[in-house]
Amino acid sequence: MNTQSTAIPESRIASQVSASVAPDPMRLLFWSVRRELWENRALYIAPLAVAVLFLAGFLVSLVRYPAKMRAIQALAPMQQRDAIAQPYEFAAMLMMGVLFVIAIFYSIDAFQGERRDRSILFWKSMPVSDLTTVLSKAAIPIVVVPALTFVFTIAMQWIMLMFSSLVLLTSGISPSTLWTQLQWIPMSFMLLYHLVTGHMLWYAPIYCWLLLVSAWARRAAILWAFVPMMAIGVIEKLVFNTSYFGGFVENRVAGGADIVESSVRGLAQLSPMTHITPGRFLENPGLWGGLLFGGLFLAAAARIRRYRGPM
Amino acid sequence: MACIEAQGLRKTFGATVALDNLDLKVDEGRILGLIGPNGAGKTTALNAILGLTPYDGRLNVLGRNPWTDRDQLMRDVCFMADVAVLPRWLKVSQALEYVAGIHPRFDRAKAEGFLSRTNIRHSHKVRELSKGMVTQLHLALIMAIDARLLVLDEPTLGLDILFRKQFYDSLLNDYFDRSRTILVTTHQVEEVQHVLTDLMFIDRGRIVFSCNMDDFESRYFEVTVRPEQLAAARALKPMQERQVFGRSVLLFSGIDRAQLAPLGEVRTPSIADLFVAVIEQQNANAAQGATR
Repeated sequence: MNTQSTAIPESRIASQVSASVAPDPMRLLFWSVRRELWENRALYIAPLAVAVLFLAGFLVSLVRYPAKMRAIQALAPMQQRDAIAQPYEFAAMLMMGVLFVIAIFYSIDAFQGERRDRSILFWKSMPVSDLTTVLSKAAIPIVVVPALTFVFTIAMQWIMLMFSSLVLLTSGISPSTLWTQLQWIPMSFMLLYHLVTGHMLWYAPIYCWLLLVSAWARRAAILWAFVPMMAIGVIEKLVFNTSYFGGFVENRVAGGADIVESSVRGLAQLSPMTHITPGRFLENPGLWGGLLFGGLFLAAAARIRRYRGPM
Repeated sequence: MACIEAQGLRKTFGATVALDNLDLKVDEGRILGLIGPNGAGKTTALNAILGLTPYDGRLNVLGRNPWTDRDQLMRDVCFMADVAVLPRWLKVSQALEYVAGIHPRFDRAKAEGFLSRTNIRHSHKVRELSKGMVTQLHLALIMAIDARLLVLDEPTLGLDILFRKQFYDSLLNDYFDRSRTILVTTHQVEEVQHVLTDLMFIDRGRIVFSCNMDDFESRYFEVTVRPEQLAAARALKPMQERQVFGRSVLLFSGIDRAQLAPLGEVRTPSIADLFVAVIEQQNANAAQGATR
């Protein structure tokens, strides 16, 4: 960074003018995301702890696995698949659940935390725009959390698969039924598809809303995030005796799945080639409307952060 | 070239006027002390200069509008707020990495050099450091940034005497080089008196006094007047008269030192004494204006 000043050491003013180049925006975003990860270690420590706990339980349960596998082998192929895949699906759901909760709490606190501990004054002393800061904070629930969910789930499922195979082999049972029925690669692909469509794109406006409330509210962001939603639902019910708004919210929180996939019977049962419906998902106006609102929420959050100082 | 230029700067919080059509011009290469009582508008003025608060009026810092261009302005401006604001979870090594990653004008080796003279280790977290050490860390980060304007808002608040002395020493010896500008507010006026090149008093949102320190030293004198000379001294119209240990101390403005010497012991007043005199004069004038 000293190239200019060594080239023209005599003329500081000249070097200052030419050195005032804009830092690469992607570089600013990268370091802003990195600092979020430094601050919020719960993002990976909490799911890691849950995963270790679950795996410990799973390993203990493997004591009965050879007997269980013998019973499974007597079933029809479709039931075999259900029975074998069940713990793997549960592992995936567990990681999704844990990380979803973490993402919600992260988003609610994202802009309140920096005002509460006054560190906003330090962050604002750096040449990082409010928009870059907002984007870096939005990247955590929308990009980093789904990516972590995928990595943790895949790692857990591998460990489960390896230990299960080992246990079967030591008891003289071939793990071939396990491997053929589990369909690990399609299952991983389905997980990825589900995370990208559901957790990333469909949930994005929820996180953007929470980030906006976090930037706006002076305190009790969690109340501001949820109470207006409930209030609108209640008022609508009282005044019009309808529940469109409640349905709308419910559809956002839980409803993405029926657009993403034709029938949800668990990730493992779905053959990716026949069951996923990316076309239907991409045609859904709810997706694009949601993303549009998400973008507006983030723009508003960036604007509001400009006015905000320590609480 | 003017580093900071404000015209008619105005900011209100409800009915409270924090900045009342404040005009300000700070040239490059100065060390300006902005002195004022609590609630005078010091921090509001700094916040406006740093792009942390919106304002009415015209404000130009290094050729930029701070409110709309804060992020660009911060490439050339550093600031330290009244209390340590480094996040408590931050590790020293992370702080260095982050600023090196973000700031185009940060010299990491220089920051490491400053830190090596302290007891701060890279593995420390901010929460494990004493208040003085946090300030040292922040100062190490800031002094390694090749900025054109450094803003310090009560930088030594809550630090012990040793740290306070070191703070201004390193600021003068390792940082200031005549092409940078430093703007500092503090209540510890006695420790900045020999650091400043310029002085401004702010009261009720206005600049009520402004001079450079050379003028300060040649224009203002404080005389401990011998009792028999008191009438003669009063005839010269002092700004202020006060009693110290039963003797009259008179503060004069714009009267030649040679003329004052026969009256008693002459010395340069402290900034604090001049400040009190200026504010009293202001209040007296205001009261006169009100009764008229």
